[in-house]
This record gives sequence, structure tokens and C-alpha cells, in this order.
Amino acid sequence: MTSALLVDLTIFVLSLWVGFEVISKVPATLHTPLMSAANSIHGIVLAGAMLIAVTADNAVGYVLAFVAAAFAAANVVGGYAVTGRMLKMFKRRPAAPAAGGGQAAGSASAAPSASAVESNGGGRRG
Amino acid sequence: MSTFAWVTQLLYVLSASCFVLGLHQMNNPATARRGNQVSTTGMVTAIAVTLAIVIHSGAISATGWAVMIAGALVGSAIGLYSARTVQMTAMPQLVSMFNAVGGGAAALVAIHDYIRLADTGAGVATSTTVTTLLDVIIGSVTFSGSLIAAGKLQGVITSSPVTFPGARVVNLLLAAVVLGTGGFLIATTSLPGLLVVVLASLAFGISMVMPIGGADMPVVISLLNAFTGTAVAMAGFVIGNWALIIAGALVGASGGILTKLMADAMNRSIRNIIVGGFGTGDTAVAAAGGSGSIQSVAADDAAIQLAYASKVIIVPGYGLAAAQAQHEVAALADMLESRGVDVSYAIHPVAGRMPGHMNVLLAEANVPYPQLKEMDDVNPEFARTDVALVIGANDVTNPAARRAGTAISGMPILDVDQAKSIIVIKRSMGHGYAGIDNELYTDPKTSMYFADAKTALADLAAAVKTLVG
Repeated sequence: MTSALLVDLTIFVLSLWVGFEVISKVPATLHTPLMSAANSIHGIVLAGAMLIAVTADNAVGYVLAFVAAAFAAANVVGGYAVTGRMLKMFKRRPAAPAAGGGQAAGSASAAPSASAVESNGGGRRG
Repeated sequence: MSTFAWVTQLLYVLSASCFVLGLHQMNNPATARRGNQVSTTGMVTAIAVTLAIVIHSGAISATGWAVMIAGALVGSAIGLYSARTVQMTAMPQLVSMFNAVGGGAAALVAIHDYIRLADTGAGVATSTTVTTLLDVIIGSVTFSGSLIAAGKLQGVITSSPVTFPGARVVNLLLAAVVLGTGGFLIATTSLPGLLVVVLASLAFGISMVMPIGGADMPVVISLLNAFTGTAVAMAGFVIGNWALIIAGALVGASGGILTKLMADAMNRSIRNIIVGGFGTGDTAVAAAGGSGSIQSVAADDAAIQLAYASKVIIVPGYGLAAAQAQHEVAALADMLESRGVDVSYAIHPVAGRMPGHMNVLLAEANVPYPQLKEMDDVNPEFARTDVALVIGANDVTNPAARRAGTAISGMPILDVDQAKSIIVIKRSMGHGYAGIDNELYTDPKTSMYFADAKTALADLAAAVKTLVG
């Protein structure tokens, strides 16, 4: 067993524990965005896909590098975009109150979402 | 170690820290968005660093550049398009697809590395072979298994358990092929051997998920999520990249926790779900005498009960999501709130088709998140509640779970029966996944409102408006 492998293993195991500790505090309300966020984080495999493009030097290598890059890029870009889209919907109070829960807040532009963030911050301090 | 190597490693540590901080900020809906931005920053840093490493190495060919950039552009476009257009009800399928491509990419990284090492003819170190095998096996199983799961969720593949005689033997056989060939590969370097491992693992992924029924999907998605994370971490071992190891381990931990939570909420062991197709009906033993009689209620009476209540808890179940009635329920709740009724939602952990799914559906309908309450927080409130409005939820409200000897004994449930009165909106007296009668429906305090969730909620809102509006 090489010392490099030992270091890798140590990092892996400690990261698992950090993960358990941090994620067990996420409320059930946010479990879908959490899974989606975790999904985008494993999109880091894009880094791996980029590194194999360096060593590719034949047709098989290029095909593998292409597919891996495409898969990983879809994972990382789509993951972050959809997580952001979901989290944007979680509001303390709808941006457009009353009016029977219409779609008004769906098109929340910069102004209402900024005010939502503000009131959220206030709620946290309170 | 060169200065360049130092700087890149430190930047990888920075991006890994961003991932941890980002996940940490998801412990509160108020900070979660910032958490996602922090995590995105970490990811952009990691990709930029990798790009710098690729350029610095100077070894990449022109074709290598073209392939890498084309792949990244195609993938990004597809990912962005699906993220922008996906319906919130279809979120489990999308997450499953991202699991598939993540696991697939991780497996490809290891496969490529193995081919490269085999080509040098110098043989592959045992430790590299072991991590390569783990990556390829887990990644391939995740890839095919997640595709099947997504197909089942989308309804392309039947969501009922698919089993055939000898299915277990096939599974054991595939596992034996994977392990046997894996052992052979540790002894000798062989590309055909690796191909066998890939194909057998892909087949195993299919045969693992096919027999699992639709009701168990929250567990399966969580488990495959954990698999993807582990596969990515193994890819990190193979190419010696710490960022991949840390990120993969974080995702593995997240998927592991969610798998456990979901299995607990369904009162089933993970092994039980994976090994045996559920919902086969063998638990539906002679429905223990429909003792009480059922009272049904019309829209007007239900509306009056709701409008004059001081505290109402809404219990949404999968029926609500299936009928796409989240906007109607939010409209009714708004109307009641404007009359001064205290309205909140009681959400069982497995109310949707993936962990937390129901919360996202309600958030989409502009329900403020402080109204979305978790099972343990809301259960003590039922006793102080005038009306509990159950919409398309069944087994998770069945008081039979508190007694021994029923199909759902021990399953954590919402204490709906403690409310002063209960209205259940349901299409028929049909059974839930567990296949048993719901004793809540025959409770004297319960009125049944037989209708489709969407129509019923619209009618209720209209009735509230005309009667007391």
C-alpha cells in the first residue's frame, strides 16, 4: 500500500464524516434541493473528464473523452441550474400577497426576490 | 512540488471548502440559495483550475481540445435546457438522469485510464486496479439503474415491480461474473476482462431496479445518488484528484443519509426493498372487517367546516401531486387565511416520489415555507386542530400503524386522527400501497369527500367564496 493511497483514503473517510455531519442538519423541507445540490457537486467529475482528454491519443480515447465530458457537463450545469430554480421558489411570504396564490410571484424579478432575501435575513436574526 | 502544483492544490482545497459550506447553508431555507451560489463558486474554481492544469501540461492534442470542448458544450446545453424546462412534478426523473450521467462519466474516466495504463504494457498496480474496478462497477450499475428508475418515474417503463422466475438466480450470476472477472483483473491486466465487468455491471443495474415498485422510488433514487457519489470518489482515487474524492464522499454521505431516512419513513429495511419487489399484494389479507360506517360530505358542508375553523392542517399526499392540484390547494389555503384561519401543511417524509418532493411542489404554488411542517413538529399540533384536510394521502395517516400485527405496524404516521374533525378528499375507497383498509376513514370524526383532488379543491374554494365570502 502506497502512502498516496493512504492519504487518499484518509481524505475520503474524513469527507464522509463531514458529509454526514453537515447533511444531517438539513431539514426535510429542503431534501429535494439538497439531493439536487449533491447532484451538481458530483458534477466535479467534469474535472476528471477534462483530464482524460489530455491523455487521449486514439479514436477510442477521444470517444470516451467526448462522452464523459458531455455527461459530466450536463450533470454539473443542469444540476446547479435546477437547484437554483427550486430554491428560488422557497419564500417566507409570497412576493405578491393575497390574490389567491396566483402566478404573480412566478415571474419574480430582481426587486421582489431581493426583498425576500432581506426579510429572510431578518427572520434569522429574530 | 512546483509552485504551480501548490497553487492548483490549494485552489482545489478552496473549492472543496465551498462545497461543504454550500451544503451547510442548506440547513435553512433562508440561506439555501446563497449556499447554492457558494457551491457554484467552488465548482467554477475547480473547473478553472483543471483547465489551467490541462493547459500547463501542454500534452493535450488539438483533437483532444476539440473533443473536450464539444463534449462540454453539448452536455451543458442539454443540462441547461432540461433544468429550465422540467416540470416540478418531473423532478425525480431529472435527478435520476443526472445520477445516470454522473455515474456514467465516473466509470468512463476509470475505463479510459485503465486502457491508457494497459497500452503502456507495464501492467497496472493492484491499488489502481481495485479502485478502477470499484469505480467501473458502481458507476455502471448507477448508470443503467438510474436510467431504469427514470423510465419508471416517467411511465415509459411500468412502475409496478417486474419480476420473473429465476430473477434472483440471474442477479447472483451477474454478481458472480462481476466479482470473478474482477478478481481475474487484479491478477492480470486485460481489456476484454474490463469489458465483461462493464457489461455485467450494466446488466446488474437493470436487474436490480426493474423489480422495485413505484412506491419505493424515493429510496431507490437516494441510494443511486449515494452510488454516484461513491463512483465519483473512486474516480478521484484512480486519477489522484482530491477534489473528486472530497466531492464524491460528500454526495455519498448525503445519499446515504437520505436513503436511511426514506427507508425508516416507510418502515422497511434497505435490504428488504432491494431484494424483494414490494406491493405484490401478499399483505392484503382479509380486510379486517370494515367495522364502522363511512360518512360522506358535500362541498358546501366541508366548506363551512373549513371556513369557521380556527386551525386547519392540510395533509397532502401523492394523490395531490398526481392530480397536479398544488395550485388549487394553495388558493384554498389563501382564502382560508384571509378569513383569519391558521393554516399549515403536515408533510410526511415520503409524501412525494423523492425526498422532500411535496415541499417543492407546494413552494412552486407559492406556499410560504414556514407553513410546511415536518412530521415530528406537526404531530403534537393535531390535537389543537379543528379540521385536518387530508388530500390523497392514505397509508401515512392510518392509525393501524400504531398497533402490532398490521402490514404497516411501526411505520411513522401523521397523527391526523387526533384532530377534532377530519375531511378526506379521495377518489375512491381504494387501498394505498400497503393494501390495507385505512381505519381513519371509518372514524366517526371523519367525513369522506369522494372526488378528484383538483376538482374537489376548486369546488371547495368556490363554496367558501359563495357561502361566506
